[in-house]
Amino acid sequence: MEQLTEIRWHARAGQGAVTAAKLVAETALEADQYMQAMPEYGPERMGAPIKAFTRISPEPIEIHCNIEHPNVVVVLDETLLSIVDVTEGLRDGGAIIVNTCKTPDALRAELGLQGRQVRVASVDASGISLDTLKRDIPNTPMVGALAKVTGLFTLDEIIQHLTKTFGKKFSQDVIDANIASVKRAFEEVSVG
Amino acid sequence: MAEQKVVAATGNTVVAEAMRQCKPDVVAAYPITPQTTIVEEFAAFVAKGKVHTEYVTVESEHSAMSACIGASAAGARVMTATASQGLALMWEELYIASGMRLPIVMVNANRALSAPINIHCDHSDVMGARDSGWIMLFAETAQEAYDNTIMAVRIAEDRDVLLPVMSCLDGFITTHSIDRVELLDDASVASFVGEREAERALLDVENPVSHGAFAGLGGPYLEFKKAQHDAIERSRAVVKRVGEEYSALSGRPFGVLETWGMEDAEVAVVVIGSTAGNVRHVARNLRSKGQKVGVVKVRCFRPFPYAELAELLAGMKAVAVMDRADSFGAEGGPLYLETRSALYDRSERPPVVGYVYGLGGSDVRLDLVESVFGDLADIAGGASVPGGPVYLGAR
Repeated sequence: MEQLTEIRWHARAGQGAVTAAKLVAETALEADQYMQAMPEYGPERMGAPIKAFTRISPEPIEIHCNIEHPNVVVVLDETLLSIVDVTEGLRDGGAIIVNTCKTPDALRAELGLQGRQVRVASVDASGISLDTLKRDIPNTPMVGALAKVTGLFTLDEIIQHLTKTFGKKFSQDVIDANIASVKRAFEEVSVG
Repeated sequence: MAEQKVVAATGNTVVAEAMRQCKPDVVAAYPITPQTTIVEEFAAFVAKGKVHTEYVTVESEHSAMSACIGASAAGARVMTATASQGLALMWEELYIASGMRLPIVMVNANRALSAPINIHCDHSDVMGARDSGWIMLFAETAQEAYDNTIMAVRIAEDRDVLLPVMSCLDGFITTHSIDRVELLDDASVASFVGEREAERALLDVENPVSHGAFAGLGGPYLEFKKAQHDAIERSRAVVKRVGEEYSALSGRPFGVLETWGMEDAEVAVVVIGSTAGNVRHVARNLRSKGQKVGVVKVRCFRPFPYAELAELLAGMKAVAVMDRADSFGAEGGPLYLETRSALYDRSERPPVVGYVYGLGGSDVRLDLVESVFGDLADIAGGASVPGGPVYLGAR
């Protein structure tokens, strides 16, 4: 793993990007990594475009500025692609993961990433969420896709963490549905 | 050393946890961004019976501090939290708390002041309160915010001190970021902070006393203030002693000043709060390229560690001071003024350049910090010191 991984999340307020960033941070902690997770706070309204950031490192993290050159970009809502520059500052060798039914090739063309040394991944996280959770909450499946694309942590580590933290708040049905959605996204994400 | 639990949590969450572990008798607070989740989470602890605190909901910060003053004078251990306009609204009460020698502990989520309206981090709010007689500790990280808040109780209630203490952390950057934090167990904190043993408590009806009485013309007002001055001077030793004891308990060192690379540094940056991490990060990179750079982080701003700072900085080729607040009409920000003053009596006075940065949460990018070290290299090489303060990164 690289020394420091910087992830930028794009979503609409209410879609659970902050929860996802937190889930990733906590999973990283359990794998004995250092991490930071911070939302970009503004006068947010439900549905407004928002960003959140996660840093993960085997060493203590001492910087406290915004992430301008992420290694990984995660987009929870594909309607943002036309209104937010989601690839801004994305590093060569990095990856972008989008919640969409489109193929990685189509996404690459749409995002203008032809010829760039970045991996483009797509996963129908909303479809998976509707199947498993019966609601469009794409955040947990996107964490499954993130694990597969980046190898930052294993599927088992996420499932363990979900079981532990959701166990305090939710019924077994909800936990099972979340685990199923993470597993499916892990398996179904396609990378181009 | 106590066993500790490692958690992923925001600065505000661990501050609320520290407050719960210190078992205040009374908390009176009013919510304000970005402090809100501290009092929300603490109120939840009270509601669930996880701490037996009288939680007073009030209609304003002025009332919050008033209630804290009454409760503390009555003999209770009292804590609260605020930010920005809330701290500003407490203004007259801040001086009453310190003048009555009440060991109240208040957490401040450092935030800009209006106008224009801004909810993000800078130090304009707390720096405005720097002459109010409170001891002021600053955190770089969520960990330090947790540690400072626990230490604050011991410092405030020490019989040689009996002064209110502010535990300050940077709004959003520290309050709302999830970070890796080690938490002490409840029993260790309880035994570290002990119980407040109030002398001359108002509720001690066997021994009636007056607090905050009239001390007008011909009265002992001047002598009261001298006693207050002496108390904050005595707190220097107490802050250090409590820091050492806490360090033995937690394994985390505490210094009123914390340094990086100062053993052989030729130029140095002096800074407060979360930006210290950014500065150290840049300094590490420059060191690896052979530049002799150092960083001084001020963790205790009141009482200000003049002697220690002067000792570190005398003989430097150039010093930069980064202020996250301006002192309009002065030569520079509050930290700049203190630093220059600290160096006045030294024969080897370095050139000092002052920066005002990061106001209203404007991002402290690494290239901005690099430009500060670049200026230092120029000044050390003979370039003139720019008239200050330099507004870093202003468009």
